[in-house]
Amino acid sequence: MEQVLEWIAGHQEMIYVVVLMIFVGIEIIGKVPSVLHTPLMSGANAIHGVVIIGAIIVMGKAEEGNTIALILGFLAVILGTLNVVGGFVVTDRMLEMFKKKK
Amino acid sequence: MELNILVVCYLIGSITFIVGLKMLSNPASARKGNLIAAGGMGIAILGTIFLYEEDGSRLGNYGWIFSALLLGSIVGTLMAKRVKMTAMPEMVSLFNGMGGACAALISVIEFRHMLHVGVDQTSLLIILLGLIIGSVSFSGSMIAWGKLNGRVKDFAFQGQHIINLVILVLNLAIAGYLMIAGPAAVPLFFYLIIFLSLLYGVFFVLPIGGADMPVVISLLNSFTGVAAACGGFLYNNKVMLTGGILVGAAGTLLTILMCKAMNRSLKNVLIGSFGGKKSVSASQGPQGGTYKELSLSDAAMVMSYATKVMIVPGYGLAVAQAQHVCHELEKTLESKGVEVKYAIHPVAGRMPGHMNVLLAEADVSYDKLLEMEQANEEFKTTDVVLVLGANDVVNPAAKTDPSSPIYGMPILEVEEAKLIIVNKRSMKPGYAGIENQLFFQPKTSMLFGDAKKALQDLLAEVRNI
Repeated sequence: MEQVLEWIAGHQEMIYVVVLMIFVGIEIIGKVPSVLHTPLMSGANAIHGVVIIGAIIVMGKAEEGNTIALILGFLAVILGTLNVVGGFVVTDRMLEMFKKKK
Repeated sequence: MELNILVVCYLIGSITFIVGLKMLSNPASARKGNLIAAGGMGIAILGTIFLYEEDGSRLGNYGWIFSALLLGSIVGTLMAKRVKMTAMPEMVSLFNGMGGACAALISVIEFRHMLHVGVDQTSLLIILLGLIIGSVSFSGSMIAWGKLNGRVKDFAFQGQHIINLVILVLNLAIAGYLMIAGPAAVPLFFYLIIFLSLLYGVFFVLPIGGADMPVVISLLNSFTGVAAACGGFLYNNKVMLTGGILVGAAGTLLTILMCKAMNRSLKNVLIGSFGGKKSVSASQGPQGGTYKELSLSDAAMVMSYATKVMIVPGYGLAVAQAQHVCHELEKTLESKGVEVKYAIHPVAGRMPGHMNVLLAEADVSYDKLLEMEQANEEFKTTDVVLVLGANDVVNPAAKTDPSSPIYGMPILEVEEAKLIIVNKRSMKPGYAGIENQLFFQPKTSMLFGDAKKALQDLLAEVRNI
């Protein structure tokens, strides 16, 4: 019990961010019209591509001689980039069609 | 100084994600919102590459990083630009899987690193969590992708739920053991966790079929969000944490909203009862009866002289890429004084909003698209309903047959209209694999053929009248 409390106290800043972000996420989605469900899912998909930052960090920290870490990191950065770039481009393509008729 | 700039970069990133998502939920600002979020992402990525420091040392391996970024950007852009509108949902699933795999790989590298430098319980917990969620998301998304493009067939066997549960419990037990005994005790266990997680993802999605696929993709999307947030916790990186949790929370809510639209609980979807029951009910359902076909000229005639025509688009329209012809038909009918509207079922197609995107591509204006409740009101005063490649979403069994796997799902009540014309390629059942009694009703006439071809011919006939 004491350990758990200590852990919470030690990570309180992160925990606050998590809790508040959960509410923000729910609040934002709550009023979305069904027209935008697909683009919204696709946009959210691109945003979680932020995981690429972690990939860049592990890649950048890998020592020269550590071939496995280099290869895995390289792969992770490629996959993360696919998620980010592909995700945003696909979303943009979908939304392009929502342009107002002239 | 530089580290402080990085903090600002991350702050900008987090804010753009929130603002971007918010703007994405309004048709007028959606496109700008997407670009804003993309811009914030770019700032956060560049900031990380050039400003990130750990224990006073900068990141290295720039050659590797930039070549990976370049490769990923080129391939990602090409894939996203080339994909057809019909294949959009599977594309989202594929990109989602890439994100999950990325999160899992980060965990693998950090675990290997940890074996050398020692253990900290919190980090290990986060690494294992990121690994499990990321792997499940990856293999699940790949299966969903394969299922949507037809490469993977529905597959279910007796006792699958129990096996799924066993895999999950075993996986968590091994992870728990690693937490207690320390990662160096049996490093092999770590790789066993990867294997079991991947297996779980496969078994998790395999039995789920048909109308539930959008729900699964949305759920896996929020999984990847949580996996990304694990990375944020691990590196004490606020932009990863906010982005990940934001998507995790929003994705979960979106998933629940979709389940509600189908009047089913999330649990019901997750244990895959839809796919499991499917083969049984397909054979036991009331079979057939007779249906009647309608000639093109007759169809053109009744539609031209109707007061109100309602079009119900479905996946068949998307596959045939018939949205433009459909819009032409709508304009032609309107020029003859017929009121034309579209009835959009929330899960028509392969993803919520799929039909809206498709029709928007053909320049069909918003106010013509009716949501389900509105449409169901208007069917009573509708003369002709034209069903274009939709099936399960107009199946009356959802209201009348408690043994049907789609029982309880709200449907478009097209049988309220005076006349129903159904365009399908054949009498084969729809994606959920069940018979549709609507086709055998006296009010219903069938117009067989590919949606695009049929609509082109119909359009020509209507113009001739």
